[in-house]
Amino acid sequence: MLHIPLWRRILIWAVCLAGLLLALPNAFYERVERSNDAEAAIARGLTTDELEAEAALWPSFLPDGLVNLGLDLRGGAHLLAEVQVEEVYAARMEALWPELRDTLAAERETVGFVTREEAPEGELRIRISEAAGAERALELARGLATPVTTLTGAGASDLQISMNGTLLTVQLSEAEKAASDDRTVRQALEIVRRRIDEVGTREPTIIRQGQDRILVQVPGVGSAQEVKDIIGTTAQLTFQPVLTRTTDANAVAPAGAEVLPSLEEEGVYYVLESAPVVTGEELVDAQPSFDQNGLPAVSFRFNPAGARAFGTYTAENVGALFAIVLDDEVISAPQIRQAIPGGSGIIMGSFTVEESTNLAVLLRAGALPAELTFLEERTIGPELGQDSIDAGKLAAIVGGVAVIAVMALSYGLFGWFANIALGINMILLFGALSMLGGTLTLPGIAGIVLTMGMAVDANVLVYERIREEMRTAKGPARAIELGYERALSAIIDANITTLITAGILFFLGSGPVRGFAITLGLGILTSVFTALFVTRVLVVMWYDRRRPKTLRI
Amino acid sequence: MPIRIVPDDTNINFFAAARITFGASVVAVIASIILFFTMGLNYGIDFTGGTSIRTEAEQPVDIGAYRDALSGLDLGDVTISEVFDPGFDDDQHVAQVRIQAQEGHESVSNETMGAVEAALKGVDPTLEFMAVDSVGGKVSGELIRTAVLAVVGAMAAILVYIWLRFEWQFSIGAVAALVHDVALTIGIFSLFQIKFDLAIIAALLTIVGYSINDTVVVFDRARENLRKFKTRPLIEVLNISANETLSRTVMTSGTTLVALIALLVLGGDVIRGFVFAITWGIVVGTYSSIYVAKNIVLMLGVKRDWDKPSTPTGGQFADVDA
Repeated sequence: MLHIPLWRRILIWAVCLAGLLLALPNAFYERVERSNDAEAAIARGLTTDELEAEAALWPSFLPDGLVNLGLDLRGGAHLLAEVQVEEVYAARMEALWPELRDTLAAERETVGFVTREEAPEGELRIRISEAAGAERALELARGLATPVTTLTGAGASDLQISMNGTLLTVQLSEAEKAASDDRTVRQALEIVRRRIDEVGTREPTIIRQGQDRILVQVPGVGSAQEVKDIIGTTAQLTFQPVLTRTTDANAVAPAGAEVLPSLEEEGVYYVLESAPVVTGEELVDAQPSFDQNGLPAVSFRFNPAGARAFGTYTAENVGALFAIVLDDEVISAPQIRQAIPGGSGIIMGSFTVEESTNLAVLLRAGALPAELTFLEERTIGPELGQDSIDAGKLAAIVGGVAVIAVMALSYGLFGWFANIALGINMILLFGALSMLGGTLTLPGIAGIVLTMGMAVDANVLVYERIREEMRTAKGPARAIELGYERALSAIIDANITTLITAGILFFLGSGPVRGFAITLGLGILTSVFTALFVTRVLVVMWYDRRRPKTLRI
Repeated sequence: MPIRIVPDDTNINFFAAARITFGASVVAVIASIILFFTMGLNYGIDFTGGTSIRTEAEQPVDIGAYRDALSGLDLGDVTISEVFDPGFDDDQHVAQVRIQAQEGHESVSNETMGAVEAALKGVDPTLEFMAVDSVGGKVSGELIRTAVLAVVGAMAAILVYIWLRFEWQFSIGAVAALVHDVALTIGIFSLFQIKFDLAIIAALLTIVGYSINDTVVVFDRARENLRKFKTRPLIEVLNISANETLSRTVMTSGTTLVALIALLVLGGDVIRGFVFAITWGIVVGTYSSIYVAKNIVLMLGVKRDWDKPSTPTGGQFADVDA
């Protein structure tokens, strides 16, 4: 009657063993963390004896996934920024005005005089003096529009142009606004990432949230204010003439020149003229594209002033190198193959498609495309985090011991089976958290303590049922079997409803609350597993050995 | 022999004082609602916007001096309270400073933070900012919406699940018990003006999850007994079910409470409000599954058409325990 097939026993113990292996690194947290950091550095191509030694701190055949500590435990800053995407619309209209004015002015005989009128932000209103020329003016304006470059907005024009009498109104089309918003947020995200990477803190999280928001989490910094200062700095992009290329870090620059490292090539330095030919402020756009040979390249466009300066310089220096410098690092130093008039050009190099895309992003990412407004910011000091960890640990240990005592007193030997299951449950919970890369937060610790209390519930349900079945006396084996069988529906129903609330918490919550939902949800799954399978195997093993006539439960 | 916390074969008539217990629950819920509308909740900055700073200093907190230092900064509403915890060291004096949202800014500006820090350090040079939270009006509005959505959504999902697995009467009973638990928790937070923030919403959802857990266990037994004792009146069947599951209810609530009390005492002040909400919720949740949920089921009555066991009305898993 009380038989569990061997394969199932093996499977159950295998799951427990896997959980133990996955949870193991957390017992040696600092050691594994150091080893992982060293391995990551080696993977990037840095190899020193020291790193090798660090990496060897944790054997490579063991799992090395750790439970991430949330900001509220580790300390750090959390910021939610909103990108003011509308600013870009206005800037685009400002940039369009001279072009439109010149185009219309070229046909003064038909359209008459052109005057710009007051308009709401992001809109361009132009009055022409010849009513008869309205149609031609509209036609000319439409000529300036280009198709929107998105998958969804394919075919749509980027400008929405209308003519009302002699008043020409131009604004960005909805499709272009959407595309522009997306670009703006991507650029902002890229810049924020670059800014924060420069500071070199461990594992910052920088992700887009919703339409126009960016979430930044930086562990280990003193305050959100610092992070805001870092993000707030504008990137400095310049185009500078190259004097020489060197591998000597200590090269002495002549007067009016400077030595800057290359971003891509380790150990390569460029001696550059300090005065830039053009700066990033004059760059209007940069996009990944292909050169005439079909190789990946980056095309860019300057504003008129930048175009003039760039055209003159390239015409005079064909064959020379010029460097694209971002924040005192040379992104690339291509050769000028020909004069580049008209303010747009193409950067060729031995790019892959990915590299050219990145470079375009970097070029565009020179300065923040729009202002960031900070909607939410939280700083947790590392000491407070450590206090929370200590308090949480102590509470978890005391709570766990208390639960174990209650179970042992109430159910005797069976209580100890449940207690062993509780221990395995905790191991599985940590194993699952490590495997899924889950984040442990302070409410998450509360979730674990709560799980300890509730985890025994399934066992209690079964044991109470066994007690009841014992009274109808069909022998202990039958009582055990019926106990597990009949308690099943209550266990399933009770846990699914809790799982539903954990799921809702996970999807609607953020940060710490989400951490709570994860531990609660995983705790439910592991506790049902341990109660239904692990304790059962333990009970059956005990029963097979002892064959008791009665159960002391 | 293991200790029995609840003796076997209890025969408590849970409906004997139905009028009183149910009446008390109704009164408590109404009182909570009145408290909510009159005293309101002490909303944290998650929901009101503003900035909350946790300071720590070696010298005792002098709220008056802190207030004077900040009064010159023209910050609007400022509240300062001292925080106590048995886990603090002798030279660890913690205070919570709360500043209303500033005009023209979403979250707090660096200038304001700098001025506040300088002013407070003027009072006590050892003072450090341990944690700063600042939430703008835009986000706090969204957080309120999400929070309400989460609680209502969880209840709706449970209503549907119980309805699918049991009868609709049970579903109404279960959700009535949940509303009871959530209302009472909000009531006590309103009464004692404990800070009500995002974590408390998570606690409310946990209470919902726990309370339903308890209720479902009793219901599951009632469903089984309704089949077993086809001719007994509903009130008796419900009473038998409550008695049979009493031992389990007490055990599980007991172990959970034991773990939570450890957390409440030792877990530190940062999550005390959160843990308190859950602890309280488990007490009222246990009460409500015995006294509220079943009373509702009794009032609504259950159609007892169990003649055809081959077509279980209990849902797809109903055969398992039949």
